[in-house]
Amino acid sequence: MAQAVVPAMQCQMGALGKSAVRARPAAAGGRVWGVRRSGARGTSGFKVLALGTETTGVVPRLEQLLNMDTKPYSDKIIAEYIWVGGSGIDIRSKSRTISKPVADPSELPKWNYDGSSTGQAPGEDSEVILYPQAIFKDPFRGGNNILVVCDTYTPAGEPIPTNKRHRAAQIFSDPKVASQVPWYGIEQEYTLLQRDVNWPLGWPVGGYPGPQGPYYCAVGSDKSFGRDISDAHYKACIYAGIEISGTNGEVMPGQWEYQVGPSVGIDAGDHIWASRYILERITEQAGVVLTLDPKPIQGDWNGAGCHTNYSTKAMREDGGFEVIKKAILNLSLRHDLHISAYGEGNERRLTGLHETASISDFSWGVANRGCSIRVGRDTEANGKGYLEDRRPASNMDPYTVTALLAETTLLWEPTLEAEVLAAKKLALKV
Amino acid sequence: MSLLTDLLNLDLSDCTGKIIAEYIWVGGTGMDMRSKARTLPGPVDDPSKLPKWNFDGSSTGQATGDDSEVILCPQAIFRDPFRKGKNILVMCDCYAPTGEPIPSNKRSSAANIFSHPDVKAEEPWYGIEQEYTLLQKDINWPLGWPLGGYPGAQGPYYCATGAEKSYGRDIVDAHYKACLYAGVNIGGINAEVMPGQWEFQVGPSVGISAGDELWVARYILERITEIAGVVVSFDPKPVPGEWNGAGAHTNYSTKSMRSEGGYEVIKKAIEKLEARHGEHIAAYGEGNERRLTGRNETADINTFVWGVANRGASVRVGRDTEKEGKGYFEDRRPGSNMDPYVVTSKIAETTILWEPNLSNGE
Repeated sequence: MAQAVVPAMQCQMGALGKSAVRARPAAAGGRVWGVRRSGARGTSGFKVLALGTETTGVVPRLEQLLNMDTKPYSDKIIAEYIWVGGSGIDIRSKSRTISKPVADPSELPKWNYDGSSTGQAPGEDSEVILYPQAIFKDPFRGGNNILVVCDTYTPAGEPIPTNKRHRAAQIFSDPKVASQVPWYGIEQEYTLLQRDVNWPLGWPVGGYPGPQGPYYCAVGSDKSFGRDISDAHYKACIYAGIEISGTNGEVMPGQWEYQVGPSVGIDAGDHIWASRYILERITEQAGVVLTLDPKPIQGDWNGAGCHTNYSTKAMREDGGFEVIKKAILNLSLRHDLHISAYGEGNERRLTGLHETASISDFSWGVANRGCSIRVGRDTEANGKGYLEDRRPASNMDPYTVTALLAETTLLWEPTLEAEVLAAKKLALKV
Repeated sequence: MSLLTDLLNLDLSDCTGKIIAEYIWVGGTGMDMRSKARTLPGPVDDPSKLPKWNFDGSSTGQATGDDSEVILCPQAIFRDPFRKGKNILVMCDCYAPTGEPIPSNKRSSAANIFSHPDVKAEEPWYGIEQEYTLLQKDINWPLGWPLGGYPGAQGPYYCATGAEKSYGRDIVDAHYKACLYAGVNIGGINAEVMPGQWEFQVGPSVGISAGDELWVARYILERITEIAGVVVSFDPKPVPGEWNGAGAHTNYSTKSMRSEGGYEVIKKAIEKLEARHGEHIAAYGEGNERRLTGRNETADINTFVWGVANRGASVRVGRDTEKEGKGYFEDRRPGSNMDPYVVTSKIAETTILWEPNLSNGE
């Protein structure tokens, strides 16, 4: 399904500096992540668990090949090109050899793939073009090998319908948006399922565990299921250069969360997709199924969301709380538009129970987890900070959500009458 | 067990200058690979400096019992990713003691074609996309498929990740690095449309080296599946029905095709391939008629059709090539069990050396 590779371009290995202070996002515009200023290290530090096989005694040899550091023998690197498939939530990838390490995605060749096999093109005109957009270090292959987040275009250069990054990039380069330096912190929740039965990890097959209560941030073999996956994912993302800021066990047993951010603009989407890819590679190795469904189990079991924390320059400066309230007002007037872009199946999750707000109502509050938008007590006390949009589902597209937040709060203006009515309804003085 | 691993990984360079050379050849079925090893007094980097050897052809269907010696001629050297150090893999071809190539030796006539001055002048490049299927040992059912049943229909598996969609990635990734180490010009890998099926690409390679590199890559792959306890199949249609077959699409270009105005040269070449369709098909692998049905991204075996970006065609030309007016084309007809020496040399012969002879009615 691939094409003959033409000789790749000559390029130098570059090392981009990265801020060591975690509370601030890395400088916007850097698109090569995970490379230290002091230069590349000698050996790959991340070991991979080989698949167990029936023939013991020979597994170590396969592991040796997988972990081989090819740098002493060749300058060539392996680049894993990653893209979003036709369903909008399936991640696809394939790899190619690049003659030398590169310093920027623009030095990587465009590539293409068989779109008719991913529901993205018809068979008689099947080529879809991949444009490299962001580079991360490959935690599975180590060395100088890389992961490359791409988006997808027709041969004519038009973004195909499932390409959400293109429009988001346009919004983020609008001067009104760029000058506000929008920051995002995304809380990705996910559920682990046992393979073949598709029942959550740790749950008895054909039955249910004890009700929610003991599992949130818990320890113990009767309360925490799959920690190795979460921990392996954490280190793998740090290695890769993804801005992962934390993890925790979630309220529903077998459910976990990690957070990515703060990221500026388009970076948020790139980092979330790369982190989702790494997560599914890890669950593949562990023999466990990853689901991003927003309500995997019906009934008294939490759903999975992708709460998106958001702030602009104005919100972070003195007087920012008023800017935040104006933003909330704008969001309240576009509730339905946002909901339709916040993930398939979200109506099964946003019921008004289990720490969600009902899908049809817009509400906001300080420290209120039953609201659509939550503002932290710190933000209220300091008079500046950020807001948390709790509506997006775990299967949301981060490019769509982050760009829509920027568009609604920075580029869109309601009519005066609509604004006044909404302000009354939400008890906001703006 | 740890003692066995220590012995396997012994670095001999401290105690001796000797190296181990694994001589590899293609056996009597045209698809089975054979190999055996010998000690050499010191490192060698030129195949012509390696000694010829011989083997028992009566055990591989390549000779009779009463005259069983078949001679191995070293043709290409690669680094051994299993023994490491200065140890080597040696790709060989097979001759009778009189010096004649035996019938299963396809390399010899390919080498003749590639040394023809007209062919050499055109510097033919090949990129071969080798597809293959992994099977569970002993039952020979694809890896990851439930016993006695089938997985969900094709759609989610192409280039996918996840334990319910991707089976055998460790084999594929180990193979990638092993080939890079060995010096094989491996260009990339991807998961295929049928679950348990994978693909790697070798190239661009010039002339005869395409065949050498592909055979060595196949050897390394089968050594790795041996380690993993899994069976590799190069059958072109391992599971009948709505499951993709396995091919070995061969991308091809000549100097003229890569230069300005190359697109016209490509179109002429495709016309010649169309005229010789039957002869090529006969050389493109056993059992290909089970795969080339006109469905599952193939063209029907009896029809020759070409198109730009058309994956249902016999020959596909990429959009880049059409746009730039030069480049290469992809022959999608060869089955995964094709012999690369035969396919590469036949394409070169037809497009560079052969002319349609009107009086023969061709």
